[in-house]
Amino acid sequence: MTTAVAPPVAAPGRAPEPEPRRRVVSRLNRTDRIFRGAARGSGLAVLVIMSLVGVFLAYRGWQALRVAGPSFLTTERWQPDAGRGGFGIAAVLVGSVLIGLVAIALATPLAIGTGLYISEYAPVGLRRTLISLVDLMAAVPSVVYGLWGFFLLQGHMLGVSRWIATYFGWIPIFRVDGVNPRDPLAAETSYTSSTLIAGMVVALMVAPIACSVMREAFSQAPLGEREGAFALGATRWGMIRTVVLPFGRGGIIGGTMLGLGRALGETITVFMIIAPIFVIQPHILANGGSSVAALIALKYGEASKLGISALMAAGLALFLLTLVVNFIASTIIARSRSGAQSEA
Amino acid sequence: MAADAPATTRAAAPSTMDIKAPASTVDSAATRVGAEARAEPEVRRDTRALRRTDWLALFGALAGATALTAILFSEVAPFGAALGFVLVSYLLFLGLYALLVSLDETGLHVRDRLALAVVHGLALVLFSTLVVVVVYTLAKGWSALRHLNFFTQDMTQAGPLQPLTVGGITHGAVGTLEQIGIALAITIPLGLTCAVFLNEIPGPLARFVRTIADAMTALPSIVAGLFIYATLILQLGFNKSGFAASLAISVMMLPIIIRASDVVLRLVPGSLREASLALGASQWRTVWHVSLPTARSGLATAIILGTARGIGETSPVLLTAGYTATLNADPLHGPQVSLPLLTFTLVRSGQPGFIARGFGAGAALMELVLLLFVIARLIGGRGAGQLSRRQQRRRTALSIRDSERFAPAGSPVPQPEPPTRVGGMP
Repeated sequence: MTTAVAPPVAAPGRAPEPEPRRRVVSRLNRTDRIFRGAARGSGLAVLVIMSLVGVFLAYRGWQALRVAGPSFLTTERWQPDAGRGGFGIAAVLVGSVLIGLVAIALATPLAIGTGLYISEYAPVGLRRTLISLVDLMAAVPSVVYGLWGFFLLQGHMLGVSRWIATYFGWIPIFRVDGVNPRDPLAAETSYTSSTLIAGMVVALMVAPIACSVMREAFSQAPLGEREGAFALGATRWGMIRTVVLPFGRGGIIGGTMLGLGRALGETITVFMIIAPIFVIQPHILANGGSSVAALIALKYGEASKLGISALMAAGLALFLLTLVVNFIASTIIARSRSGAQSEA
Repeated sequence: MAADAPATTRAAAPSTMDIKAPASTVDSAATRVGAEARAEPEVRRDTRALRRTDWLALFGALAGATALTAILFSEVAPFGAALGFVLVSYLLFLGLYALLVSLDETGLHVRDRLALAVVHGLALVLFSTLVVVVVYTLAKGWSALRHLNFFTQDMTQAGPLQPLTVGGITHGAVGTLEQIGIALAITIPLGLTCAVFLNEIPGPLARFVRTIADAMTALPSIVAGLFIYATLILQLGFNKSGFAASLAISVMMLPIIIRASDVVLRLVPGSLREASLALGASQWRTVWHVSLPTARSGLATAIILGTARGIGETSPVLLTAGYTATLNADPLHGPQVSLPLLTFTLVRSGQPGFIARGFGAGAALMELVLLLFVIARLIGGRGAGQLSRRQQRRRTALSIRDSERFAPAGSPVPQPEPPTRVGGMP
């Protein structure tokens, strides 16, 4: 397009003698210097704010970490005033990871399915609407998901939970202690407020985020290979399996990790649904569970200085965990994208 | 990107026809006679057509699965859960569908159909969840929403036993608007300048900032709240206030806005920027007059979507804003409640009247988010450089005025060369 107005390189009258190589020096004028300074300054400001978050949490949490020592990682209780051995994040961290894993185990198939549907199956005219619906789903406030999970989904899930516990109770994570599943009159309260229900709601919150990453990766699978697969007689699923999924593998892994990062840090939904306990609860169907974020929301009002410091340390642990997960995710996504996009 | 894929295939189709036609004319006479013998115009085959058996298999499997599940749930075993019904009938549907398709297709096609059914089922789950969440909240909130006082009063007068005709969410709505306003006043200038920085001044620093901002998009919102709580409230000794809450929201929104606008700005065509620079514009003028206007609709969408995220966050507000039942329009002093926090607090109180009001507040919040989305959809969604019809007209008028302005300056108006001559140049 720009070649259309390209001027002739040399004037026709002059002989084309070899010119000495000119040194090109760009001198910035004052507005440009101010602009570049301001832009760089804002970049630095963002950097400072973001690193302040980590540094400050570490600084404030240091006191509690020094008191607790290595027991911070192994203690299940949360009684900061009891001193060393009185508090630790073993239970809440395990709870967070369990909720995250349940969420991502449910969200990944949903996200892959929806991503494939939008990029491969949906009518072309409907695609943009569906994409903005997925975006809308990612923007629905978490407290609304919490309302829905607590008041609607929980009631419907009790029967399913009970059924799983009855027939798959021999698998350790599905066991529910203290309940006889064969007793038809047993109260269903042992299945409420469980890790599974919290994880399900969080799954529906993170699925759209994972889905939009995956959809983008799927839609970038090259047209040539797609048509090649069809020309060789592949069915649509055959084309997806051999072209779209391999090309989108980075997007799938990256989107999953991104969703996991979000699921680990989700607060209000988990806080609304789960009944907080401070022991390691590996049974995802049983009442009670915990997560680091819910712990902070529950205990931030504590007066004692050590208690606040301990919360900061827990927040730091959560922060580092999500940072690592998200960093891996963005690296994978960036690598899967490289070469797929070209400069316009 | 994906939208023009069918366009290229459609464009490719006539060209293959064109190639075919001359190829048949140079064929030997014998084959031409043979071709004319069956000279009826070929009927274009619709390769995507669904046959009747496909529909029969689909609806047959659906009906069979539903009926079987109904028998199972009512006669064989006393199951009751609606969710279980749907799950079981979907699994039965998959089995029956595979069976029916395998009656007249090969295994390859059976797998293809199964994949189709599974993908459609998963997408249906996700989208119907969205519908259920929205409709359920609105339906449960309706009993509170239909009273006008819900939008004009605060909760000062409303005790747990007061009817829904007393008390409302004004304080929450005012708090939400003020807090998001302050947060936007901080994040829009900072976020946009940072996104411009990432695109205009590339280098190791920009790469580092981009990495950090990307990683921080997953910053748990409660950690953002905890950070402000630790610095502003515990360290510096301020009270809980709407301003602290908006700072917490800003920390959470900043990476989101930076990342989204960075992506949009990256899509500005390099040729536009280079043309501006080649005309002698300074970098600042290029950014202000070319890059930002080109990406305007995308940037607006990015900001609105960031706003929608920020407006619904509860946890940073929970730690920093405090709670009050009365209207507090001053964000700098005293606790100030916002809609998500109000929803959360009301629902947790456990009183039926408060829960109904909580659902009402949640529904109002969601309507706000929906509204933001509709606005984003109306003004945005256009890629960089794609203009609406009005923008196109305005651009043309500007361009005509420019050419008139330049015309009397001396030399005649340079006519653009016809593109055929350019094709010959190296």
